[in-house]
Amino acid sequence: MRNFIVFLLSTIPALALGDWEVNLPRGVTPTSILAYDLHMLIFYITVIIGIGVFGVMFYSIIHHRKSKGAVPANFHENTKVEIIWTVIPFLILVGMAIPATQALILMEDTSEAEVTLKVTGYQWMWKYEYLEDNVSFLSRIDSESNKARKLNSGVDVRNVKNYLLEVDNPIVLPINAKIRLLLTASDVIHAWWVPELGGKKDAVPGFVNEMWFNINKPGIYRGQCAELCGKDHAFMPIVVKAVSKAEYEKWVMNQQNNNKIANKK
Amino acid sequence: MNTDADHLHEDHKTGIMRWITTTNHKDIGTLYLFLSLTMFFVGGAMALIIRAELFQPGLQLVNPDFFNQMTTMHALIMIFGALMPALVGLANWQVPLMIGAPDMALPRLNNWSFWILPFALSMLASTLFFEGGAPAAGWTLYPPLVLQGGDALPYAIFSVHLLGLSSILGAINIIATILNMRAPGMTLMKMPMFVWTWLITAFLLIAVMPVLAGAVTMLLTDRFFGTSFFTASGGGDPVMFQHIFWFFGHPEVYILILPAFGVISTIIPAFSRKKLFGYDSMVYATASIALLSFIVWAHHMFTVGMPLAGEIFFMMTTMLIAVPTGVKVFNWIATMWQGSMTFETPMLFSLAFIVLFTIGGFSGLMMAITPVDFQYHDTYFIVAHFHYVLVPGAIFAVIAAVYFWLPKWTGKMYDETLGKIHFWLTTIFVNITFFPQHFVGLAGMPRRIPDYAVQFTDFNAISTIGSFGFGIAQILFLYILYKTLQQDVTADNKVWEGAEGLEWTLPSPPPYHSFEEPPKVE
Repeated sequence: MRNFIVFLLSTIPALALGDWEVNLPRGVTPTSILAYDLHMLIFYITVIIGIGVFGVMFYSIIHHRKSKGAVPANFHENTKVEIIWTVIPFLILVGMAIPATQALILMEDTSEAEVTLKVTGYQWMWKYEYLEDNVSFLSRIDSESNKARKLNSGVDVRNVKNYLLEVDNPIVLPINAKIRLLLTASDVIHAWWVPELGGKKDAVPGFVNEMWFNINKPGIYRGQCAELCGKDHAFMPIVVKAVSKAEYEKWVMNQQNNNKIANKK
Repeated sequence: MNTDADHLHEDHKTGIMRWITTTNHKDIGTLYLFLSLTMFFVGGAMALIIRAELFQPGLQLVNPDFFNQMTTMHALIMIFGALMPALVGLANWQVPLMIGAPDMALPRLNNWSFWILPFALSMLASTLFFEGGAPAAGWTLYPPLVLQGGDALPYAIFSVHLLGLSSILGAINIIATILNMRAPGMTLMKMPMFVWTWLITAFLLIAVMPVLAGAVTMLLTDRFFGTSFFTASGGGDPVMFQHIFWFFGHPEVYILILPAFGVISTIIPAFSRKKLFGYDSMVYATASIALLSFIVWAHHMFTVGMPLAGEIFFMMTTMLIAVPTGVKVFNWIATMWQGSMTFETPMLFSLAFIVLFTIGGFSGLMMAITPVDFQYHDTYFIVAHFHYVLVPGAIFAVIAAVYFWLPKWTGKMYDETLGKIHFWLTTIFVNITFFPQHFVGLAGMPRRIPDYAVQFTDFNAISTIGSFGFGIAQILFLYILYKTLQQDVTADNKVWEGAEGLEWTLPSPPPYHSFEEPPKVE
């Protein structure tokens, strides 16, 4: 028992450290914001329907109980009511489907991209190729997280910065530019997902998928593989560094020079 | 009670041979339910290993590969070992009693469809002890990952074949019974809702189980016989597997929930002391849900890369399912409206079903919206959603059914106080377990990961505490069942004041050959 109390007390700092985030991030791309707004819209609609339906149900539970002397009524069908509660939900659904379809059409339009980044999933890392600029590199989980994540590593993962969400080579991308991703995989299916950039897409071996986003705010955005891809599925994070266009061009030059030096060697 | 005297005239075996050779619908129903309960605890233990590892970030208990084996096996065992046998067990017990038949139409087939199951499930479970372990690619068995598996793969595939075979045989039997053996006067539109839902479910089973068998057989030939149905390098397509799998998989989830709807449609009127509201529309709603289930499958795979027109089609058909499902919920509430309700354990579980299943339905509607599903897909939000519809959904309905009919089956009344304690513990802990999973999922935690970033710690810890509470509450359920069976026969024929249907005209427990003379139904 004493051990149990000590154990409970030891979790208190963890609770204080933690993050009680309960919702989708709004994100930093038009598509993620669109998804977020739709998410909230549908959520509020379901909350209102829920309050109505459960309200009637609990009213009935409270008032129509035998212990209060309720006598059962005799009705058991009413075609008019049935038609009403078939048609009204249908109309609500049509109301939801219109903005959802509009959003979908926008999200699937990958035309006129300024930067094309080819993403290849491997067990268990990502390869990135900047097709216009001839830059490419592999991106793996960083070594500190990788040590800490081993079974009984003895490392308190709370002290590891960005545990499981840090890589050795982050992607660098310009802000305010339409970025097109071409996704594929070399072994099994993976999925590329950075929540704040909106949506995910599977990387399927032998096929090429497309998605796009346009980041409106500089920053570092983190995500991870979202399709079970084997034992280290949890350990192939994604880090995107969004910078101004000038900075991005500088970074590309640097990468190209590094590649040249590496090739000469 | 003269059932013991009746038994003496019967030429049936005693002891273990009674259970092995039985062709009696009640004995086979009991076997199904007993197997289901066992598997519920086996699958539950796996869930607790998963939750224990996820209690804190970092890996403390198991390595990632074993974790993946647990998620895979937990799902397969719960779906094929716990839920489906429970529902077939209920059908075996109840369908002949409810339609006024002496037994199932095909009693020997019935014996066989049950006895395939223990072998199939043991074979599946035995893969845990293989070198390389059990299948670890998720219950959906997606290639190419699943093809990387070791010796477990052919065993898992063969056991899926056997489980499917058992389901098909069971379904044939149920259809044959319902269509041929109803008491005179019981037209289709006079059948109890539970019978209706099972009739429709049985057709779904026959339609989709062969599809699953085909899909896993193609995996088998890809792995061992040099085909490349699902391997791009040989001209195949890994995504095609997902299409075939979910063409089975989506009707499958309705196979798990439609009989549960039938149970709820039986219990709510009984404790409201009022006829089921909108019987006809309930039948039509069930049939439309079943038909729609064949044209929505790709909503499980919105992120695989589909043409825009495909995404729009599957989004709209999926949203459409909300209409008949809504009709069902509205009808249940209209049944309660101006009734005279009491709140015995089966009613409590049914009321919780309506509320919690509807919450799962709401999150399902949110996921139907494809542009947002790109965010939800493969996160804990999905995990929360399908556990809401399957645990406080399907499993609550099975528990409610057991409390409701156990006094009829055994003639023995369970302890009402303990039943209510079981209800409250189960309901509180199921929400503590699964509600926080909505939050971590939305905040960005993918599913099927053994370890997570530290910002997800708090809700995962809460969820783990809830899951252990839920597990302990089910041990109380075992005790209640044990205690009930220890008593003498006390329950009267009708058991519940508001219960209606042919099964309540028989003694409790019912005679060995339920209705020897068909009852008349006006």
